[in-house]
Amino acid sequence: MTLLTVDDLVVEHRTPGRPLVRAVAGASLTVAAGEVVGLVGESGCGKSTLARAVCGLNPAASGTITFDGHPVTPLGLRRRNRALAGIQMVFQDPYASLNPRRRVGAQIADGLRTAGDTVTAPADLLERVGLPRDFAGRHPHEFSGGQRQRIAIARALAARPTMLIGDEPISALDASAQAQVARLMRDLAVESGAGLLFISHDLSVVRLIADRIAVMYLGKIVEVGRTAEVWADPRHPYTRALLGAIPAPDGAGVLPAELSGDVPDPADPPSGCRFHPRCPVAMDVCREREPTFGPVACWLHEPA
Amino acid sequence: MSLLAISDLKVSIGGKEILRGVDLDLRAGRVHGLAGESGSGKTMTGLAVLGLLPHGARTSGRIALGERDLLAMPAKELNTVRGGEVAMVFQDPATSLHPMLSVGRQLTEHMRHHLGLDRKQARARALELLGQVRIPGPEAAIDRYPHQFSGGMRQRIAIAIALACSPKVLIADEPTTALDVTVQAGVLRLLRGLCDDLGLAVLLVTHDLGVMSAVADEVSVMKEGLVVETGPRGQVLRDPTHPYTRALLESLPGETS
Repeated sequence: MTLLTVDDLVVEHRTPGRPLVRAVAGASLTVAAGEVVGLVGESGCGKSTLARAVCGLNPAASGTITFDGHPVTPLGLRRRNRALAGIQMVFQDPYASLNPRRRVGAQIADGLRTAGDTVTAPADLLERVGLPRDFAGRHPHEFSGGQRQRIAIARALAARPTMLIGDEPISALDASAQAQVARLMRDLAVESGAGLLFISHDLSVVRLIADRIAVMYLGKIVEVGRTAEVWADPRHPYTRALLGAIPAPDGAGVLPAELSGDVPDPADPPSGCRFHPRCPVAMDVCREREPTFGPVACWLHEPA
Repeated sequence: MSLLAISDLKVSIGGKEILRGVDLDLRAGRVHGLAGESGSGKTMTGLAVLGLLPHGARTSGRIALGERDLLAMPAKELNTVRGGEVAMVFQDPATSLHPMLSVGRQLTEHMRHHLGLDRKQARARALELLGQVRIPGPEAAIDRYPHQFSGGMRQRIAIAIALACSPKVLIADEPTTALDVTVQAGVLRLLRGLCDDLGLAVLLVTHDLGVMSAVADEVSVMKEGLVVETGPRGQVLRDPTHPYTRALLESLPGETS
């Protein structure tokens, strides 16, 4: 059952004195209940903006986001629509997302109140994320990055989400804590039957936990597929470049393939296919027309 | 020939032993990888070489740069080595570069100090360095500020700064961890190329065994302040003898495991 549908979403950032930036330029994506979708791409490709739009933190310029049959509206000063409280987010930096002046138990209790849950204690949630119960009375500064992120996850889970969103939840953590926290998020989401949209630039972690992978480039989703299939047979040249750039720990001393050039300025995207200036197999048609089909948005893989 | 030899290096901070007798040997033109999980003392080993350990750290052992022992060196003399003969590249170029100084200023300041160049010579050398690390349009780039560059370009600039005084030893602490994989590939190629062309001895600190496998010639694995295994790349990564190295390799996702 599809829980979250993002359809042809466009999100624009306006800064005075700067040209309009289309951070998300027509992206479509679905997440089903109990499914883990990994969204990957280079920094600046718009994946975080997409996540924020799903939570209502960035307004959509066009396109729609539907959650469980309800349209997602931007957050305002008024109370958030109850139905949308089922979407909860875990942010990138646990040093910034927890309130330093409140005990972590009180912050988790906020989530419980949202869900109208009077039975569960904050300590129960700490236990679920693998932390001791008595941590509830402490303040965030007493914890390491990995522990803080677990607390942030506990807080998100307290609101009984049916859709959990992780916006680079592991990139601020130590290497050894990354895989652990990612696995924890997956287990907790799947266990409670919620969907998980996991955003990361670290492909090796996404591969570990995602059922499906969506690859994003310059505001567009260029390839979607089952994780194992995408990994074994990447079809879009960008996905190939992305996977080819991961060095293998085989001791052979092979330098990974380099993708030439930088990500173009999203305020001034190239004509035609957005990837063509960096694409090793670009054809004439790529410079002129943009591939708008899926699941692989590339002229080499045009559906018949 | 060994350029930098660390022997029986012990570091303790606040009564806690961080390093418990580390031995490493860096040779010219070779990349020596230092692996291990966080808290194993990889970064501390790198910092000890430059005398950048936190205040109150007690050290023993020997870090020999040629004939001289860096640990026993007076602070003044160490200042001439640090940034001159031994240079460092840090993890996050967003924080290791000064946000309010132009790239040119950051590239020339230590050159003028260490090498005694005048402004013109330093600028010429800075332009040459920016070209060497493949920054497009060095003439325009030199007057820009760090925020005007992407993460990969910033790390290239940080490498250029480290190379400015023609060091013999380069310590790179997780130089690609903050970068995207596609950008990482470019920076790794650059590091490898510079090591080969300039005969640098590179100590590459990283937790990523893939990165290690791509550029390192020798690999050392650290655990709890000790080097548990050292050897040529192919041997350590394909046929590890220490159970901890094996566990590290097995914990990786992939077809090989």
